[in-house]
Amino acid sequence: MADTITRPAEGPRSTHGTDTAERVPTVIADRVDIVYRVNGTGAGRGTATAALNRILRRKKTEKAAGVRRVHAVRNVSFTAYRGEAIGLIGTNGSGKSTLLKAVAGLLPVENGRIYTDGQPSLLGVNAALMSDLTGERNVFLGGLAMGMSRDQVRERYQEIVDFSGINEKGDFITLPMRTYSSGMAARLRFSIAAAKDHDVLLVDEALATGDRSFQKRSEARIRELRKHAGTVFLVSHNNKSIRDTCDRVLWLERGELRMDGPTADVLKEYEKFTGGKK
Amino acid sequence: MSQVLHTPPPTTAGSAPAAAESPAQLAARHGLSVSGARPSLPQYVRQLWARRHFITAFATAKLTAQYSQAKLGQLWQVVNPLLNAAVYYLIFGVLMGTKRGVPDYVPFLVTGVFVWTFTQSSIMAGTKAVSGSLGLVRALHFPRASLPLSYCLQQLQQLLFSMIVLVVILLACGVPVTASWLLIVPALVLQFTFNAGVAMAMARFGAKTPDVSQLMPFVLRTWMYASGVMWSLDVVLADRDLPSWVHTVLEYNPAAVYIDLMRFALIDSFQGSQLPDHVWAVALGWALLAGIGGFIYFWKAEETYGRG
Repeated sequence: MADTITRPAEGPRSTHGTDTAERVPTVIADRVDIVYRVNGTGAGRGTATAALNRILRRKKTEKAAGVRRVHAVRNVSFTAYRGEAIGLIGTNGSGKSTLLKAVAGLLPVENGRIYTDGQPSLLGVNAALMSDLTGERNVFLGGLAMGMSRDQVRERYQEIVDFSGINEKGDFITLPMRTYSSGMAARLRFSIAAAKDHDVLLVDEALATGDRSFQKRSEARIRELRKHAGTVFLVSHNNKSIRDTCDRVLWLERGELRMDGPTADVLKEYEKFTGGKK
Repeated sequence: MSQVLHTPPPTTAGSAPAAAESPAQLAARHGLSVSGARPSLPQYVRQLWARRHFITAFATAKLTAQYSQAKLGQLWQVVNPLLNAAVYYLIFGVLMGTKRGVPDYVPFLVTGVFVWTFTQSSIMAGTKAVSGSLGLVRALHFPRASLPLSYCLQQLQQLLFSMIVLVVILLACGVPVTASWLLIVPALVLQFTFNAGVAMAMARFGAKTPDVSQLMPFVLRTWMYASGVMWSLDVVLADRDLPSWVHTVLEYNPAAVYIDLMRFALIDSFQGSQLPDHVWAVALGWALLAGIGGFIYFWKAEETYGRG
């Protein structure tokens, strides 16, 4: 990423919290830092001595042994409230997904704390699914992996299959997932993930899957989930879908929180920053 | 070395409603909990219990997915152990003549191979349980011990298929069905507990240092030859001039204990006198030591899995 970009004029700061009614916070991030450590890079990479050094003296000489630290999120603080839909924007590699994973409790933070109400769930079950199994079994597996009970999955099964539209073109749900087109697989994944009601829902660019009609349906489903859920976080590069679903936007750039405010204000600055493109 | 230029942090920090209140205080007032913190041990056990259906479904799914592309399909579950036993019989029974001094050698060998394979593949799978499922670990929230447990359960299911083969072989060799066959159940329960414990410990190792999975096959192979899978330790060690502690160590090593218990349960010519003293107590001891120790060791690093 170019380092020559200039900081735009600071946009209006968030006015949250000045309301009269007491609002219930669901996620509080308090000066969060997230650091990735990557093995086997940097100076002396790949040599046997460097590797040995790394294993033997792991704690003391982390840097000397060629472990690279990637500071993905820096000193980010925000408070999200019940009923909010928050968009996370920023150029590629700005730390959006990392922050989301930390909120979900999937990545440990280096410094600071993240407080949450209940267990936030990242919308995504990709990894739990197995391409050699039929769609039907994957619905069960995915549901169970998200923490639904067997009865809950059974109850929602038809709903999930109907929503995914897998069976619109024939009985595909009883075929192994490896026979699906990538679009079909993505639709099934989204449908499984969206079947559960969540307290705090984190969506990472999931709306970009499927054909136009499925995108419409999933956007509607996100809005519905938002009604049930306390708070929705949405990571997207599609400014339109952010504008349609979110009322507040956090803009991350190079791991730092650059702006936090109402969607229209932040997007205006962001679009200016990225060159006015949509 | 840092990837990001150090620009001063923006002052957005703390858009908290009451300016005087710190985020921690606000969180405490509304009963929010720290995200990604390690649950207490009883809590962890409860979470794990709540995911039991996922654990079994995941194991079964893995097992079925294994042969789903093969033409013979699930038949391989049975053919695989059968071929395995045939290879070992050819080499150790026919070519090397290890069968001298062992009555009912074929049942002896096949039982040994199947029981050992159960422990071996559980530990191998455990080593890769977390490091091989990083996608899952980074996408979903569940007690991570589900993974090694699930892999061990898959191996147990695999063993049950092998047991069908084993029973057929036993009957074909003229081994009578006796009441002692019921001892299979406690023997398997103990062995499963032991396997699961070691698998959990190895899962933590493997998550931290993936290199372990490269090393494990060698460790396991050494262990196999030292556990009397293909031969009777008594017979092999009888005419050797080894210190007696070597004999004791080999005899009481968990793999040998579980293999001998299974042989004692199934084969009538394998007498109780061939078992080491206090064998059930030793089997229970290994199971508890590995099971509880491995579980606690795994839990201690619960919040760090999936990092980096």
